[in-house]
Amino acid sequence: MPQLHIVLRNCGVIDPTRIDTYIKRDGFQALNKARGMKPEQVIEEIKASNLRGRGGAGFPCGLKWELAKNSPGDEKYLICNADEGEVGTFKDRYILESDPFSLVEGISIAGYAIGARCGYIYLRAEYHHLLGSLLAVIEQARSAGHLDGFDIHVQEGAGAYICGEESALMESIEGKRGEVRYRPPFPPTKGLWGKPTVINNVETLMNIPPIMLNGAGWFKKIGTERSKGTKVFSVSGDVDKPGVYELELGSTLRELVEDLAGARNIKAIQVGGATGRIVPFSMINTPLSFETILGAGAITVFDESRDILEIVCKTLEFLAEESCGKCAPCREGTTALVEILNTIRNGGGRRGDIVDIEELSRAMMLSSLCGLGQGAPNPVVDTLQYFRADYESRLATKEGVK
Amino acid sequence: MVERRIGAPIPDRPPDSHNLLFLLGKAQSRFGYLPENLLCDISNSLGIALGDVYGVATFYSFFSVQEQGRHVIRICKSLPCFIKKSQHIINVVEDATGVKLGTTSPNARFSIQLVNCIGECDKAPTMMIDGRVYVDLTPHKISRILKDYE
Repeated sequence: MPQLHIVLRNCGVIDPTRIDTYIKRDGFQALNKARGMKPEQVIEEIKASNLRGRGGAGFPCGLKWELAKNSPGDEKYLICNADEGEVGTFKDRYILESDPFSLVEGISIAGYAIGARCGYIYLRAEYHHLLGSLLAVIEQARSAGHLDGFDIHVQEGAGAYICGEESALMESIEGKRGEVRYRPPFPPTKGLWGKPTVINNVETLMNIPPIMLNGAGWFKKIGTERSKGTKVFSVSGDVDKPGVYELELGSTLRELVEDLAGARNIKAIQVGGATGRIVPFSMINTPLSFETILGAGAITVFDESRDILEIVCKTLEFLAEESCGKCAPCREGTTALVEILNTIRNGGGRRGDIVDIEELSRAMMLSSLCGLGQGAPNPVVDTLQYFRADYESRLATKEGVK
Repeated sequence: MVERRIGAPIPDRPPDSHNLLFLLGKAQSRFGYLPENLLCDISNSLGIALGDVYGVATFYSFFSVQEQGRHVIRICKSLPCFIKKSQHIINVVEDATGVKLGTTSPNARFSIQLVNCIGECDKAPTMMIDGRVYVDLTPHKISRILKDYE
């Protein structure tokens, strides 16, 4: 199946530093149309499109906007999550480089719909080299009158994966350690400085202008029953053509990694980054959607030369390092998983260690405060299911004395 | 926070603490690290407890409370770069700079750190030096890149 460029419609086509090239491609028409509607009508349109968040969680975008809009008070905030720390994900970087004007337009429409007093773009520190051009784009839009008094501030991160988690992100904007909050309350009720807040991923907001211009009905014709529209995938690893690809949701892994990205001799594919799923080659025909496997669309391909235990150990080491440390299941659990997995990998494991990591995984999934701890067991659980022999072949042949 | 302890009113939004990350970022960029007396000054001027300021300064990996080299080399160690031989790049950078990982050169020119995914996985292996990103790295490119940094 060929690519379908909705989010990436202007990438490589416009000059991302010049607003006039964006205007020529219907730039800011969607924002003008939105401002001619009541905010409630804009929200209805986005609800009707069934657009789901593109940052990994897939929460219905229109519903999130409606919850914030209906929360009492007139101090509200719109945050664009450009923290993109999930391993193997770089689609937002590509979007920020190639079509920041659409993002500014999407943020402005969202801000109008929920009645936000201003917007924030939380830009990870690792994308500092994009800061200057992003500020210039916001200034061009402001000078040309498109923002109509709606300020968009850029807040830089400082190197913390967990700040891609929406509540830790808000803590960071508030000038604190990026520690995850207890929920409820959720951000549309009580978010930034305790006010109703919507946090949307870059790619989610990129979908807003086309939906406003073409209508919810147009959007709903694309994708599957529960996953409308397209998804931008970041493909890396053992492939001939790594990079960014946009496909209709429901397209298969095979169409993406083999047909488009040129992968061969595939052993396993990590879908959705460190807290995502690991699937074996036998599942190559799995469709990519919220109801099957997706995440934020990080696709890292591992060929037959790769060591499954090494992949799992490296993934858990990353998560243990990046854990904010607030809740014990994640802080202690990721550390314990790293220790046990490395023991198994180095040939010192016992059968009881596999029982331990299965039990620990269940506990972490049930009781961790956020998606980092809840998802950290995913690589372990998946590889135990599909590559159990890789674990068992490394166990010490005797039941060791401890 | 000082205000809460003495019972004074909470500042208007955005509260001064909002500016903490911004101030720390500017200080890190200007001085190359966050010395203790600077943290004290920030604590006093924003009215945030020194322990809390220190807690923020040590949470984020791009801040350092230890003195660093004039230029910080951050080499990505995450999986997509690891399988594209980031370890070779680490070895070559250590050799070319004469600096071991996690340390600073005696002439304070370079510090080397390993970092997690910087979002350039399609062009692995990768690294950053100060704010600049270098991609599609091979051992041959390293010495030419380092020459740009005095």
